[in-house]
Amino acid sequence: MTPLLQVENIAKFYGPRIGCTDVSFDLYPGEVMGIVGESGSGKSTLLNCLAGHLTPDRGVVRFDTRSEGLRDTITMSEPERRMLGRTDWAFVHQHARDGLRMNVSAGGNVGERLMAVNARHYGEIRAEAIDWLGRVEITEDRIDDRPTAFSGGMQQRLQIARNLVTGPRLVFMDEPTGGLDVSVQARLLDLLRGLVREMNLSAIIVTHDLAVVRLLADRLMVMKDGHVIETGLTDQVLDDPQHAYTQLLVSSVLQV
Amino acid sequence: MSDYNFAYLDEQTKRMIRRAILKGLAIPGYQVPFASREMPMPYGWGTGGVQVSAAVLTPDDTFKVIDQGADDTTNAVSIRRFFQKTAGVAVTEATSQASVIQTRHRIPEEDLRADQILVYQVPIPEPLRFLEPSEVETRKMHALEEYGLMHVKLYEDISQHGDIATAYAYPVKVEGRYVMDPSPIPKFDNPKLEMAGIQLFGAGREQRIYAIPPYTQVVSLDFDDYPFQPTKADHACDLCGAQDSYLDELIVDDEGGRMFMCSDTDYCATRRKQGHVGAQGVPYAEDAA
Amino acid sequence: MISIENVSKSFVLHNQGAAEIPVMRGASLNVAASECVALVGASGAGKSTLMRMIYGNYLTASGRIMVGEVDVAIAAPRDIIRLRRETLGYVSQFLRVVPRVSTLDVVAEPLLATGTKRDVALHQAEILLTRLNIPERLWQLSPTTFSGGEQQRVNIARGFAFPYPALLLDEPTASLDPTNRATVLSMIGEAKARGTAIIGIFHDHAARDEICDRQFDVTRFTPGLAA
Repeated sequence: MTPLLQVENIAKFYGPRIGCTDVSFDLYPGEVMGIVGESGSGKSTLLNCLAGHLTPDRGVVRFDTRSEGLRDTITMSEPERRMLGRTDWAFVHQHARDGLRMNVSAGGNVGERLMAVNARHYGEIRAEAIDWLGRVEITEDRIDDRPTAFSGGMQQRLQIARNLVTGPRLVFMDEPTGGLDVSVQARLLDLLRGLVREMNLSAIIVTHDLAVVRLLADRLMVMKDGHVIETGLTDQVLDDPQHAYTQLLVSSVLQV
Repeated sequence: MSDYNFAYLDEQTKRMIRRAILKGLAIPGYQVPFASREMPMPYGWGTGGVQVSAAVLTPDDTFKVIDQGADDTTNAVSIRRFFQKTAGVAVTEATSQASVIQTRHRIPEEDLRADQILVYQVPIPEPLRFLEPSEVETRKMHALEEYGLMHVKLYEDISQHGDIATAYAYPVKVEGRYVMDPSPIPKFDNPKLEMAGIQLFGAGREQRIYAIPPYTQVVSLDFDDYPFQPTKADHACDLCGAQDSYLDELIVDDEGGRMFMCSDTDYCATRRKQGHVGAQGVPYAEDAA
Repeated sequence: MISIENVSKSFVLHNQGAAEIPVMRGASLNVAASECVALVGASGAGKSTLMRMIYGNYLTASGRIMVGEVDVAIAAPRDIIRLRRETLGYVSQFLRVVPRVSTLDVVAEPLLATGTKRDVALHQAEILLTRLNIPERLWQLSPTTFSGGEQQRVNIARGFAFPYPALLLDEPTASLDPTNRATVLSMIGEAKARGTAIIGIFHDHAARDEICDRQFDVTRFTPGLAA
């Protein structure tokens, strides 16, 4: 089987400071990988390098494109990369307002990616938007409301619908449950889990919440000071951590 | 008169603007940045159009200015006088007599010829601006032909108003490439953007010039199930009886009385001279008396 | 079906003076299809540790743990994930689920994950829940709100939903009343009958004696305990 994403020796420096370095892994179709670490550990830098928002200083990121197989997304042209960004890739921001158009209705937000790939039938675009709002548990009567009228949890679900409407194969998520109430988090996690399975999505989830990765991620990568210090099966890394930092991280979580 | 260079601007500036115009004509619909000058009138009064006109006018030209279709509004009159004074060119109100026509908000009803230039005043040249505030991003979207956002605007129209409610500055795609704001002309005028004359667009404050060469394909954006429709008031002109011209609605008393009349004053007057009379109109000669 | 050869394991507690605690040394065990083996030994002897090593939840320092064709000791995460999905089931003592997911969905999940149609999977879940006496009014609720015994039964239903060729059972009858206990034992018997290799930890000695073919004393491989 061809990996969906192949990452080799990615490094990004901010001047003399390390953003992230020596990161390599393969992600296969349907796999969900979590990246955990404290603030400043380089996990968001890595995610942005993978998603094409930052250009890494070295390394290779290959994506299994539909038409031409594995392609280096760092050296491909910007139009190609942006095309991936609105078709096969999705990016869920921590703050929904970074990923939504706040002055456009919920339906318009969901429809934008369809229109970006040349959907030109209003009725079909709207039907698709209604279907997707339903999948993320937003009722049809909210379709013409703007996200500013939505709660934080609804905004986040809208962002997910907007991202998944074009049937992407790889989803990047940056703290998708950050800043939400725990009850809202649970609902979102459940939703994401269902969508990942239904659509056979691959996902890379950056978070500092170990409970989130336990529920969502098959595999886990622990980062500290820009380096990957431990990887493995999620429950194995959490239940039998090998590295001192991971042990500290796991033992620091408050039990409820 | 001798205090000014021909058409107010210095020759270097005019050359700079002409280069921008030529580039605009070479890349139809593409917004060319130019070093807009301070003009002796405020932004919003047509500084972009005036600079373009100044760059294309020659001493042999006949100049016409229309504002919302009319030759006799303050704006039109003052720009016409400006070039009478600084360029000494002949002026006219007759569309067919003019070689350069500067316009705000309208395209003349009468078809333009290959030897005519239409200069538009543009307030905001970027059609994507209202949805994407970043200039860096909108330029990238133009460069990469990422125009999905333009349809988001039309989608919002339909979802909120049941139809595409954008009635003016209706976005078009030029020669299958650049999405362009045709300036705030009514969408009724959009089909006329495919014409024999040269069309130049100047935005003074935003420092952009763009152009449509003669006979260029200009398509108004729409949805398959909500096709573009060039609409006008469902009426005939009350003065000249024209069925096919764009109309202004005029409230004439406090009892709700109203009349519709051609927004293109020259077109209306010409028809009346030819003997056409609308429902509330009177024969032309009488009116003039 | 399950073949353990000479496995060792120790924990290194980096944050407590890098203390190294050896917990298993040289353990070997074979479990054939249709066989049920009970892990026995004093508390702390490493029964759960061995079980977790087989499941890939704990890393194995050396040796081989073959489950079917996969060596869990060295397998890549995605191979272990596939193994868990298709070959190796695990009924743990504690239920760990996403809050808000209905009991029916929790039980049906192993079937859904292996491609069973949703209606078929839910129907199968209903049969299991009925059999384990979970009242129908609770089916649409999340099991996180259930009593310990109910959670345990949901866990068992989930563990038996898919016919895994190999199964790990950690105290499956611990907090059950006699009726449900009997049901679970007969379910284990049925699994054996269809060829499942089972390794279990049973503090319920009567149950152990009834269902297990033999016992495997972990104490022999516990460093420090083995005499």
